[in-house]
Amino acid sequence: MVLLQCRDLAFAYEGKTVLKALNFTVAEGDYLCVVGENGAGKSTLLKGLLRLLPPAAGTLNRGPGLQDGNIGYLPQKTRAQQDFPASVYEVVRSGCLNKLGWHPFYGRAEDQRVREKMALLDILPLKDRCFRNLSGGQQQRVLLARALCATGKLLLLDEPVTGLDPLMTAQFYKLLRRLHEQENLTIVAVSHDVRQAVREANKILHLGQGQLFFGSTEAYLQTRLGQYFVESVGAC
Amino acid sequence: MLGTVTAMLGYPFLVRALIVGTLVSLCAALLGTSLVLKRYSMIGDGLAHVGFAALAIAYAFKAAPLSIAIPVCIIAAFFLLRIKEISRIQGDAATALLCSTALAVGVMTVSLTTGMNTDVCNYMFGSILSMSKSDVYLSVVLCLLVLFLYSFFYHKIFAITFDATFAAATGVRANLYDMILAILTACTVVLGMRMMGTLLISSLIVFPSLTAMRVCRTFKGTAFLAGLLAVLCFWAGLVFSYVGSVPTGACIVVTDVAVLAVFCFLEKFRERRREA
Repeated sequence: MVLLQCRDLAFAYEGKTVLKALNFTVAEGDYLCVVGENGAGKSTLLKGLLRLLPPAAGTLNRGPGLQDGNIGYLPQKTRAQQDFPASVYEVVRSGCLNKLGWHPFYGRAEDQRVREKMALLDILPLKDRCFRNLSGGQQQRVLLARALCATGKLLLLDEPVTGLDPLMTAQFYKLLRRLHEQENLTIVAVSHDVRQAVREANKILHLGQGQLFFGSTEAYLQTRLGQYFVESVGAC
Repeated sequence: MLGTVTAMLGYPFLVRALIVGTLVSLCAALLGTSLVLKRYSMIGDGLAHVGFAALAIAYAFKAAPLSIAIPVCIIAAFFLLRIKEISRIQGDAATALLCSTALAVGVMTVSLTTGMNTDVCNYMFGSILSMSKSDVYLSVVLCLLVLFLYSFFYHKIFAITFDATFAAATGVRANLYDMILAILTACTVVLGMRMMGTLLISSLIVFPSLTAMRVCRTFKGTAFLAGLLAVLCFWAGLVFSYVGSVPTGACIVVTDVAVLAVFCFLEKFRERRREA
């Protein structure tokens, strides 16, 4: 089943076109990595897919299985959160808000969901800790748990491993693989680490002001663009 | 001490000040927790200046002051919270612009019409003792409404404070809740102006939550402690103001500063102990 479908999609910031002629689909069960150099428009695309930025041209359709309550998002960390007094439980629970509608308070179902997702990511012991006192890797897991509370289908990640050390990065990718395989989550991840991307994802979208490549990872590695990009990143 | 308090409660105007002040302090502290964390600490100051201009104009046209000041402040609050999206002017610069523009408009209106009278002075420096009975009723009703709406939207306010982008991305109407926060803030600031004056109103919003953040680890705890501290500091400030015959607003701010210093010390002390 198709979750996201883009036809001739373009995005602009203050009248300047950042991305154009995007044609790709995200189907259920995909693990899509969006790669490209800095300034290629990766984060812009993610904002567009989340409907935080209206398309400048073309269409972006959401599949029938994708109501607003079924999109999870792991943003890049903001500075404001570094001194925020909130417990891990409070942060994760705020992911359930899109299920609440006009109802003012969380109920037992939300509590259950929060505990379930925290257990899934092994952060249940951190429940009452203060978010600002956690390590970078732990904070990332907490925000991921929050995203899981918001979705059962599609998970969008914006440079999820920035600032993590190699060990934590490896653990994080393992975790994503588990979510993809065991929880049947469709994953769209923005990454500048193309070598990791081709190892993990089954589909690649390569951006550079527009769409340079979209297709399966195997096909990407056959193209000159793919080979060049993987090798040149590997060299530095 | 007890004698002083009993004596104070003998004056009806002090009882009125006590009721309104307690409620306004509580509202400002709860909303302040969100505003400080959203990096909008100066919004109180900006709105108070707009409120001052609106009051000056209301006096000039002999209209009821609050009925003009509240809607004008709501509009201003909304613009301040959204300025990042609608223009390239940064939030802090926009607040500064608004402050001086509004003050200029207010001062010009005053000097062209009534002149600097006591009423205007009261709004500049605060005089909680000049509240009339109808002012008190309106303030109490509005404060209770703010408290009710705050608790009704508490979880939404938490979500847009912690991460508005995430909330909007996952289908929560973040803009709507931003607007609600703006409306509640505007009402609280206009009511608080009477007590603290245009120039000191920020303290009601900023001090209690900053103080509570020194020691609290949860958002709920921070909001709760901020509310409690705000009320206690207001009471203490009111007593000092009565004993020393000093303006109430200034007394409350000085109490707030002292409490903040104590909590900063507590935080340092706790960190030391954790390290040892």
